Amino acid sequence: MPPVVKIEDIHKIYDSGEVPVHAVRGVTLEIERGDFVALMGASGSGKSTLMNLLGCLDRPTRGRYLLDGIDVSQLDRNALADIRNQKLGFVFQGFNLLARTTALENVELPMLYGARKFTTKQIRERAMHCLDIVGLSPRFDHFPSQLSGGQQQRVAIARALVNEPQVLLADEPTGNLDTRTSAEVMGVFQKLNDEGITIVMVTHELDIAHFCKRNLILRDGVMVRDEAVSNRSFAASELEKLSSAEAAAKLTGAKS
Amino acid sequence: MRFGSIIKVALRALMRNTMRSILTALGIIIGVGAVIAMVSIGNGAKAQVEAQVASLGQNVITVFSGSMSSGGMRGGWGSSPSLTIEDAEAIEREVTGIVGVSPEVRDRNQVLANGLNWNTSVNGESPDYPDIRSWKISSGAMFSDQDVRSVAKVCVIGKTVADQLFANSDPVGQTLRIRNIPFKVLGVLDSKGFNLFGQDQDDAVLVPYTSHMKRLSRRSYISSILIQAASADVIDKVQKDITEVLTQRRKGREPDFTVRNQVELAQTATATTQTMTLLLAAIASVSLLVGGIGIMNIMLVSVTERTREIGIRLAIGAHGSDVLMQFLIEATILSSLGGVIGILLGIGSSQLVSHLNGWPVLVSTASVVIAFVFSAAVGMFFGFYPARKAAQLDPIDALRYE
Ligand SMILES: Nc1ncnc2c1ncn2[C@@H]1O[C@H](COP(=O)(O)OP(=O)(O)O)[C@@H](O)[C@H]1O
Ligand SMILES: [Mg+2]
Repeated sequence: MPPVVKIEDIHKIYDSGEVPVHAVRGVTLEIERGDFVALMGASGSGKSTLMNLLGCLDRPTRGRYLLDGIDVSQLDRNALADIRNQKLGFVFQGFNLLARTTALENVELPMLYGARKFTTKQIRERAMHCLDIVGLSPRFDHFPSQLSGGQQQRVAIARALVNEPQVLLADEPTGNLDTRTSAEVMGVFQKLNDEGITIVMVTHELDIAHFCKRNLILRDGVMVRDEAVSNRSFAASELEKLSSAEAAAKLTGAKS
Repeated sequence: MRFGSIIKVALRALMRNTMRSILTALGIIIGVGAVIAMVSIGNGAKAQVEAQVASLGQNVITVFSGSMSSGGMRGGWGSSPSLTIEDAEAIEREVTGIVGVSPEVRDRNQVLANGLNWNTSVNGESPDYPDIRSWKISSGAMFSDQDVRSVAKVCVIGKTVADQLFANSDPVGQTLRIRNIPFKVLGVLDSKGFNLFGQDQDDAVLVPYTSHMKRLSRRSYISSILIQAASADVIDKVQKDITEVLTQRRKGREPDFTVRNQVELAQTATATTQTMTLLLAAIASVSLLVGGIGIMNIMLVSVTERTREIGIRLAIGAHGSDVLMQFLIEATILSSLGGVIGILLGIGSSQLVSHLNGWPVLVSTASVVIAFVFSAAVGMFFGFYPARKAAQLDPIDALRYE
């Protein structure tokens, strides 16, 4: 099987400002199906730019991008929108849920825009199923403002899953979350990855990157390292460690 | 995106800012309301005028003495005596396509009967008169050509005169005194109500025109001639022929008569209504324009406020056209709801005016439909620019918008 993501010598130059910014300088990369990749690098190294290119939100200035075998570098606006809808799932740092719209309706949203036509009942059932995967089906009628950050991010993941994408893309999904919730969200990702979903995520935290299978490091728009993770973390055990640490803190706290 | 979902999203967005939506629609509401109210009142007035014009009779041509353009002096119709019975006879003889002719002489007189008296219009006419005016005789009969030839002392009276002088008895066969001359009542006319100029048409006594000229007014001229053409198709030709006959009879003298047909009279009477309609259209377009600009303004604010939302929708696969439709439909719903409220308000207020002032009002389906379509169109037109602005947003920029 061909790699699900294949980019060849891709460049992105921002021309909008006074001086052109060469944010991505010739990245070549292949991601196989079922991979779980963390993209790391300092602030301003071009991680988000590369993610936007991978996510078909932006077009490369130069280079070729084959997504699931299709060359998407030259597609028009609507064709890119259809690719985003059908083949990709997005998770953002700031969750980006629609306010005053229930969790369930947020998850239903991608199905309303797709080329695939579902009945209202199918839409409801599929959305409910995805909320179930992230463990939030009991909260389906809550508004984002009534959910915690971790819960909102899980709704966003459910939304990203609902059209059964080829690749799940997440730009700093744990950036706004505390350690425990971050581990929970990584647990959801690991579970999805175990079921075969390809995931690419950006993080600048090394512990988070250790939940993944493969780490890429970007510096000034150039890929400087690409290695497999040897001592991988697993959400279940990490959460256990956190619980015992908290318990210990409580015990000592109670004594003093 | 399916239509149902778009409408749901639009309604929700409008409801989120109920007060703002109402204030935005207010321009449309007031504009449409005012126009519907005024059109209803105007239509009522117009319908009344048309009914009155129709009451003049079918295909009627009137010849007045006096010209509209005689030497700069304009005395008004019937002012300078110039028409004669011979003119009327010549028309009847020489013009084809005529079904009735009635020379007219009119004045006001005190009439007496049963010890009561009443000041009324005494009209000298021919026996054709009721047919020309499509005026039925409710009891008795019209006087005859024989009565005209013999200058008979007979009359037919209007409903008002009958009520005033013969309240409790049948007037037919009784006697009425005009200038102390007894006239026998042959018939009573049906009620016809008020004419274009607000006069009670039933307040009249008809006598043979010969009797009027020889026994009452002692005039040698008639004031006008009523002619009925056979059909609407020949009315123009008949009018032209009448003018020709009268001009020929005057051999080179300046024309001292005016020939008018009913259509022209109706046009004069409805000229003011047309001016009013134009004025209304102007008010309507100004208020819809102002309302539309209000909607455009709020939609622009709304697009800016919801930039992030637009970014999210675009990121998960919405096409520009989906976003365009969403905002366009939102603007259209806003303006057409304003239109509906305005229509209801307009109907309500015109009914109120009719109730308070007793004016006739007529709410026409056409004006309601046009008002609705226009208000919806205003939303679409003025919503287009903001909607297109939303649709053309770049997903990344929109997502990053704070
Ligand atoms: N829209 C843009 N216009 C101009 N320059 C940009 C734009 N987006 C990012 N950049 C620049 O490109 C470089 C890489 O940015 P980014 O990809 O956001 O980095 P990271 O996500 O790794 O912090 C930075 O120097 C940034 O200033
Ligand atoms: Mg970034």
